[in-house]
Amino acid sequence: MSTDTLFRGDSEYKYGFVTDVETESLPKGLNEDVIRLISAKKNEPDFLLQFRLKAYRKWLEMSEPRWVNVDYPEIDYQNICYYTVPKHKPALNRLEDVDPEILKTFERLGIPLDEQKRLTNVAVDMVFDSVSIGTTFKKKLDDAGVVLCSISEAIHKYPELVEKYLGSVVPIGDNFFATLNSAVFSDGSFVYVPKGVISPMELSTYFRINDKETGQFERTLIIAEESSFVSYLEGCTAPAYDNNQLHAAVVELIALDNAQIKYATVQNWYSGNPKTGEGGVFNFVTKRGRCAGVNSKISWTQVEVGAAITWKYPSCILQGDNSVGEFYSVALTNGRMQADTGTKMIHLGKNTKSTIISKGIAADFSHNSYRGLVKVAPRATGARNYTQCDSMLVGANCSANTFPYIEVANSTSQVEHEASTSKMNEEQLFYFQSRGLSKEDAVNMIVNGFCKEVIRELPLEFATEAQKLLTLKLENSVG
Amino acid sequence: MLEIKNLHASIEGKPILKGVNLKINPGEIHAIMGPNGAGKSTLAKILAGHPSYEVTEGEILFKGNDLLEMEPEDRAHAGLFMSFQYPIEIHGVSNVQFLRDALNSKRKAHGQPEISPEEFDKLLVEKMKLMEIKPEFKERNLNEGFSGGEKKRNEILQMAVLAPELAILDETDSGLDIDAMRIVAKGVNQFMTKDIGLLLITHYQRLLDYIKPNFVHVIMDGKIVQSGGPELALDLEEKGYDWLEASPEEEKLG
Repeated sequence: MSTDTLFRGDSEYKYGFVTDVETESLPKGLNEDVIRLISAKKNEPDFLLQFRLKAYRKWLEMSEPRWVNVDYPEIDYQNICYYTVPKHKPALNRLEDVDPEILKTFERLGIPLDEQKRLTNVAVDMVFDSVSIGTTFKKKLDDAGVVLCSISEAIHKYPELVEKYLGSVVPIGDNFFATLNSAVFSDGSFVYVPKGVISPMELSTYFRINDKETGQFERTLIIAEESSFVSYLEGCTAPAYDNNQLHAAVVELIALDNAQIKYATVQNWYSGNPKTGEGGVFNFVTKRGRCAGVNSKISWTQVEVGAAITWKYPSCILQGDNSVGEFYSVALTNGRMQADTGTKMIHLGKNTKSTIISKGIAADFSHNSYRGLVKVAPRATGARNYTQCDSMLVGANCSANTFPYIEVANSTSQVEHEASTSKMNEEQLFYFQSRGLSKEDAVNMIVNGFCKEVIRELPLEFATEAQKLLTLKLENSVG
Repeated sequence: MLEIKNLHASIEGKPILKGVNLKINPGEIHAIMGPNGAGKSTLAKILAGHPSYEVTEGEILFKGNDLLEMEPEDRAHAGLFMSFQYPIEIHGVSNVQFLRDALNSKRKAHGQPEISPEEFDKLLVEKMKLMEIKPEFKERNLNEGFSGGEKKRNEILQMAVLAPELAILDETDSGLDIDAMRIVAKGVNQFMTKDIGLLLITHYQRLLDYIKPNFVHVIMDGKIVQSGGPELALDLEEKGYDWLEASPEEEKLG
């Protein structure tokens, strides 16, 4: 078998099932009334309604970005449903009341919710079609003073925090998709770590798109007060539909003096039919963190193996002096997937440091682009950046691109960029096999070796899962 | 232990081997020599199971089994080893990880328990010493940034650790200086026993000063045209290949 065919064939997407739940939806389409209705249904305070309306009005004047190195049919925004909730929404904190079908869904996804089987030392918030279903380990978090809840809950419980920080990192009107999110977001996660608190466990949100015609617009806000630490992970899956689902999320992180936030993503949305490219999730996501305080640190780690189209640049604004931003990324595309992903590191404070490690793997007929900006402001004396972008090609029909942008306005700063392109080929696999290792072992070792610097940044509980996921994506056609 | 009968093979429809016959018994060292493009490396790669070559005729028996029916990894498990002319560089996979996984996969195939990391480390250190490979090469990425000589020594190290019954060394001498050649030869000679078969593929007689073959074969245009004892290699060194029956066009193929 030649490596051209290595990744071909129907990759089995084991999360492609649909859950049958009774839902309540608003009619398709978007206008001011729909936004008022969403806000009213959620019983939101006025500041949030004004936030949404302002965003909506800005959005009307904006257009989709066209500079992205991806190609997709026009999206009809009036043909999308912007609000769907399961009818039997549980009372908060009572997982027993969740629709059993939804609980089963999370079981099938490997996220057991009952006390005995839960992931040890990971608190999980489940979001189903943009609605938070519940959170595990509430008590343990409460004792530590750490807040992990849905953003809807936070809006009522901590309105002053939400009002202060929502839109403070990704402003209303930032970009087309983020602005749409600001207008219509239905739910998402909220994390607050008080001063001096080290979160006693990993926090996690599991996002599941279920409905065929509902856009997924979740909003995540994480605030780490002075000298606090939190590690957070999100996972994503969706059913295999033959139409496209729009996912336009916004994540905002704020780290104050000496605080540290680690944010990891394992994204495995349905990526469409690998042969025809039909269906799959459009993943247009804005993620940004602000190192607001001195010595603060924000790390993004992402393993992106799904979605038909990915448009995503988790970024850091390094505002506080001596603050640190990190971006570790693995993006794997196969079939007809297209990914344009990378980061922005904006150095504003003195002696700020950033590290970018990007690993792109392209197979079949997919396109995989890294796009990154390193910007050093005039007053960012002593700023340093190190960037490493590696691409691996599998087969002759895929492409990998690197678009690095570097803007330096301070002469004492230091910026390094390294890039490489390699090919996984028959000779490599044969070398492993000739030493007694199977083809699957060979692919596993080569890919995980290529991604090692990124995988080791993931929380331990998920590193093995991520490795398996990468291998699984490749193995389907290797056997 | 190895019997090649009337082997014909081609790559992308182009015939390379045109009827090779060869028999190797345990304890024997065979050398295959010949000009570039004659089919020496093709023969080695077919024995190891390289997927690019198509066997069009003939058969190969290894310890009585049909070798051509076996996957490359199964051939390795059965005791066959080929040292690569151009060893592959792999990023992110350490030498020690690669070798331990390879050995364990062989042990697993034979129903043996995995070797413990400590035990493996002992074995590896001993063999590395023999091959005069510095300890830091354990943790280095497989062949990455190794010099030509280091790569070849690493191949022989792999052979020593995996302990095959039949080893095929494909142009292991190419690109080696005299010191590296001496180390490689020492490793190979120490590895040889009366139970092991060895097939050396080489362009030059030089290697055979260090590893003494029992038999020398000359391959030209996909066939073994001459077989003899070690003295044949010396003849070739002196006279070149022209006195054997090659047509000028085929020599240019190399």
